[in-house]
Amino acid sequence: MNTPAATGAPPQPRSLESAFEDTIARDQRVEPRDWMPDGYRKTLIRQIAQHAHSEIIGMQPEGEWITRAPSLRRKAILFAKVQDEAGHGLYLYSAAETLGADRVDLTEWLIEGRQKYSSIFNYPTRTFADVGVIGWFVDGAAICNQVPLCRSSYGPYGRAMVRVCKEESFHQRQGYELLLTMMRGTEEQRAMVQDAVDRWWWPSLMMFGPPDDNSPNSARSMAWRIKRHTNDELRQRFVDMTVPQAEKLGVTLPDPELRWNEERGHHDFGTPDWDELKRVISGDGPCNAERIARRRAAHEEGAWVREAATAHAAKQAARASEGAAA
Amino acid sequence: MTATLPVTAALALGDDALVLSHRLGEWAGHAPVLEEEVALANIALDLLGQARVLLSMAGDEDDLAYLREERAFRNLQLVEQPGGDFAYTIARQLYFSTYQHLLYAELAAGQGPFAPLAAKAVKEVAYHRDHAEQWTLRLGDGTDVSHARMEKACEALWRYTGELFQPVEGLDVDWEALDASWLESVAGILRRATLTVPEGPRSGAWAAGAGRQGLHTESFGRMLAEMQHLHRSHPGASW
Repeated sequence: MNTPAATGAPPQPRSLESAFEDTIARDQRVEPRDWMPDGYRKTLIRQIAQHAHSEIIGMQPEGEWITRAPSLRRKAILFAKVQDEAGHGLYLYSAAETLGADRVDLTEWLIEGRQKYSSIFNYPTRTFADVGVIGWFVDGAAICNQVPLCRSSYGPYGRAMVRVCKEESFHQRQGYELLLTMMRGTEEQRAMVQDAVDRWWWPSLMMFGPPDDNSPNSARSMAWRIKRHTNDELRQRFVDMTVPQAEKLGVTLPDPELRWNEERGHHDFGTPDWDELKRVISGDGPCNAERIARRRAAHEEGAWVREAATAHAAKQAARASEGAAA
Repeated sequence: MTATLPVTAALALGDDALVLSHRLGEWAGHAPVLEEEVALANIALDLLGQARVLLSMAGDEDDLAYLREERAFRNLQLVEQPGGDFAYTIARQLYFSTYQHLLYAELAAGQGPFAPLAAKAVKEVAYHRDHAEQWTLRLGDGTDVSHARMEKACEALWRYTGELFQPVEGLDVDWEALDASWLESVAGILRRATLTVPEGPRSGAWAAGAGRQGLHTESFGRMLAEMQHLHRSHPGASW
């Protein structure tokens, strides 16, 4: 983005704003040093931070199964996935920091409950099939949400999403492959898969957020090209993508209203329980308290380690400057 | 060398890697900084990879991991030591990765059946050792609190370190020289970290060589119960 600042003349607010609007209109990228409206900056910090928090909290439901994974191959896959998620959290916090946020504050806001994370991670992983269903549904929904974000108007966010999406699609395939293996297995394994599908379907549809007529931030985010599609568009895309996969797998999706609509060229489906979503995002889901408590405990119990690293780095720096002075 | 020799050694080395990997997995979501979530999972994944190769040399990896009982595991007592704080984990990593690095370097240089695995693994283990060394320095030479915790952890695990140098059947290694190199390396790092090199015995009548004979500490049975539960609940199922 070229700003008038490059000419040396003191920039006028009006020209800055029009340059920003122009960048957005031409579908170009806004970069950290560019001028941007406060609202744009704040919206992005909130969205990117909440995305980062989701990656970090999202390590918990699957991390639950690392020590119980039923084969060494699955255990390795889980380790790699949880490691990737921590890495995604790190990219995203870095992207948020390019906007002037500080990771220390963002972490604080997460454990104080002042910033949110994806509603889906407030549901418990009750059986090993949940691990596969999380890969299939939750990572699948994340991909629907995130692939368009690779073209987000904010450069650092878009670039982070490119890396995140590559790894997410790998996780999704692994999740689905676990379910395929289980469906070819014993009666109990098949029942376990169906049960997990029944429990995760609706919460996964809710990951796309409230319906469009009740989504306060959507219009502005779309105008700024932070978002590319509405919640309902993405939800529809997810349903259309997932139904044939469910058929191939041999499971049913727990929605009596789900059917192909020839006219629309899409699947019709029932209405998620929006009251449930409201409860979960306001803190009253099945695992909200545990997730935050665990994050807080890791942070607080790790304080002495971070303090040690800081103190050691200061000592090293002092020694280096003494060495240089001598 | 008879055909049974590599099996004993493969189980010993494979069980070490498997069990330590599992213990590191207990950190997922609990690490003091996100960078350590990545690092500990990375190390655990390397170890699990080594375990899978080694156990496959001895039989079916999943049968060996999930269907053996405590008395049949051949890992060192050091790697099964549970919980503790981050200092405890780092001390365990320092002792074990220094040992594994020296051992794999020697096996990689030889002609034995473990040379190919060791040649690949020694690169991973060099990273593990470096990670443990850097954290030993940070914690030892950090704050008073971290210094005290690190000193306590190094002291507490010291008595499990003699076992590392009990000869393993099938490994053509100069164990005494390995022990001397280990001691020199670890003591050097501890001193640089302003920590006291522990003075207590490195093995006692109760610990010397015990893990290699299938005699484990109490928490190990609970670890196996958690690790094996799902697999054992569905006999014959594949995952």
